[in-house]
Amino acid sequence: MISAEPIVEVKGLWTVYGDFVVHRDLDLSVTPGEVVSLVGGSGSGKTTLLRQMLGLERPNRGSIRVFGIPIHSCDAELFKRIRKRWGVLFQHGALYSALSVFDNIALPLRELHAFDADFIRDIVMLKLDAVGIDQRHAATMPADLSGGMIKRVALARALVLDPELVFLDEPTAGLDPDRSETFVKLIRDLHLKLNFTVVMATHDLDTLVSVSDRIAVLADQKVVICGRLDEVVQYDHPFIRNFFLGERGLRALSAAPALQAP
Amino acid sequence: MQQAASKPVRDPDIQVTVAGDGARVVHLSGAWDIRALESRAHALQSALRDAGPVNAAHWDLSQIQRFDHIGAMVVWRAWDRCRPNHLQLRREHEIFFGACEGSMGARPSTPRAFDPLLPAVTLGLSAFAAAGHAVQILQLFGQLLIDAVAVARQPLLRPWREFSAGIYSIGAQALGITALVGFLIGVVLSYLSAEQLRVVGADVFIVNILGVGIIRELGPVVCSILVAGRSGSAITAQLGVMRVTEELDALSVMGISNTLRLILPKMAAIAVALPLLVAWTCGVALVGGAVSAKVELGMSFTQFFSSLPAAVPEVNLWLGVGKGAVFGVLIALIACHFGLRIQPNTESLAAGTTRSVVTSITAVIVADAILAVIFSDVGWTQ
Repeated sequence: MISAEPIVEVKGLWTVYGDFVVHRDLDLSVTPGEVVSLVGGSGSGKTTLLRQMLGLERPNRGSIRVFGIPIHSCDAELFKRIRKRWGVLFQHGALYSALSVFDNIALPLRELHAFDADFIRDIVMLKLDAVGIDQRHAATMPADLSGGMIKRVALARALVLDPELVFLDEPTAGLDPDRSETFVKLIRDLHLKLNFTVVMATHDLDTLVSVSDRIAVLADQKVVICGRLDEVVQYDHPFIRNFFLGERGLRALSAAPALQAP
Repeated sequence: MQQAASKPVRDPDIQVTVAGDGARVVHLSGAWDIRALESRAHALQSALRDAGPVNAAHWDLSQIQRFDHIGAMVVWRAWDRCRPNHLQLRREHEIFFGACEGSMGARPSTPRAFDPLLPAVTLGLSAFAAAGHAVQILQLFGQLLIDAVAVARQPLLRPWREFSAGIYSIGAQALGITALVGFLIGVVLSYLSAEQLRVVGADVFIVNILGVGIIRELGPVVCSILVAGRSGSAITAQLGVMRVTEELDALSVMGISNTLRLILPKMAAIAVALPLLVAWTCGVALVGGAVSAKVELGMSFTQFFSSLPAAVPEVNLWLGVGKGAVFGVLIALIACHFGLRIQPNTESLAAGTTRSVVTSITAVIVADAILAVIFSDVGWTQ
């Protein structure tokens, strides 16, 4: 897996808003099949970095290659094809409020103009099943869903085209601990089954510990370390001491299997 | 997803062979994932169906290089949603059929039966809805009156800042657009009337036509329609967004009355600003009319404006300005009513804003007709 070409590669990235430098010469690479979490304090530019990887924002300098293609300088047609190969779960779900649950999930499939309505219905129901939503909620409007269900439906929509790469922005924000645990378990199960690559921005320690293969710590305007949990914890940096080795951090770490092994 | 060693990924393919014992074997190979199927789903679906009866054949899926839910579903549907008796499948692909089996297909939705009474039912329901809105608007007005009394009693409650902000955004910022529209209407009306009056030699009556027409009718109505479109929609959208972002609830839980803090100052601001705007629009429209009269009929400005008081009794001005206040209250009530009823979704925001503007413009014109009847014998020269 290490020898494989990176699926996401960020090189020499600079982001500057006015006088405020968000990213200074930032590098990051993600290999296919792994789960990489971006952590950092608020204002450290996790979400900005994620949005730049998605092509929603343009960095001031540097390049971002996804599937080996520089997304900010390739032609529009190629970029459109790349966009069908990834799925995105936004922080608040970003379900289309004018469309029902069914239509939300069916939309990306319908946009392909390749499948008939009957086939699309089968696929949508299969995806609803995969995220654990009952078929009778298919006609519900997003405004009538609970927070946990919105996240699940949004995940089903992100996964409907069987993407190779999935971006998750704060997947457990706004969920209660119980729901967020089941949601993380769902993501982990789907990742094991479908073997997609995950890039995730989060500040939830439990999520971080239970699903990440590698953790990229954003601080001082760059990725200070990107490695396995045990490597990150041993790295000496004020943010890491604060974040991982505080009271909450230690509690979450004590549940991590990777650290208990000698 | 599955990197099959170094072999290049091939297009999806179906081949039918006959084995030694005479059984048909269907071989599926290549990439059966969404990227490959996107362009050839239909062809492959029919090719699979042509491959023969499901259970009479052996299915060899072990040469499939890439597979996903979409690919599995294409095959699964060709099998009529059940697993064939003879199937060879890679272990890692098993899971996709597991998902297909688990979901067991969707229940087809039943199309709604045709109902011959539907138009009548729809009409009835919308009549009830309209009546409901009317009652709710009346309730809102009553609540505002109660709030107004409370404010009058307790000067500390008076929302002056909101009121003055309203005067600025509804009144001051609308001065430009109302002046432009008023001026042009004055010019056009004067030009059209002058053409007709010249034929009968009644040039001097241009002052009567413009004076009464603009001050009594056109000024208030045009001005109100502009304000309904400009400020009515803004109020509805603002209240709607405050509903979406739960700001309205935040006010409620602090014990701050929505009607007192948000709606009353807006209504008061419109009720004060709109009459002033009406006076302003009428003035500018008369100037436009005078310019046109000078060009068309050679009537001097002095002659035009000095004969105005004689042609148009003063009460007409109060009628026009009073109409402005009434229309202003109507616009504010309707805009706030629809704003408060917006559901937290984009569709409802769009529908609510549209309905607010259409209803308030209609209400202004209906109210204008009613007032015209009520004051039909007021304000004419003896």
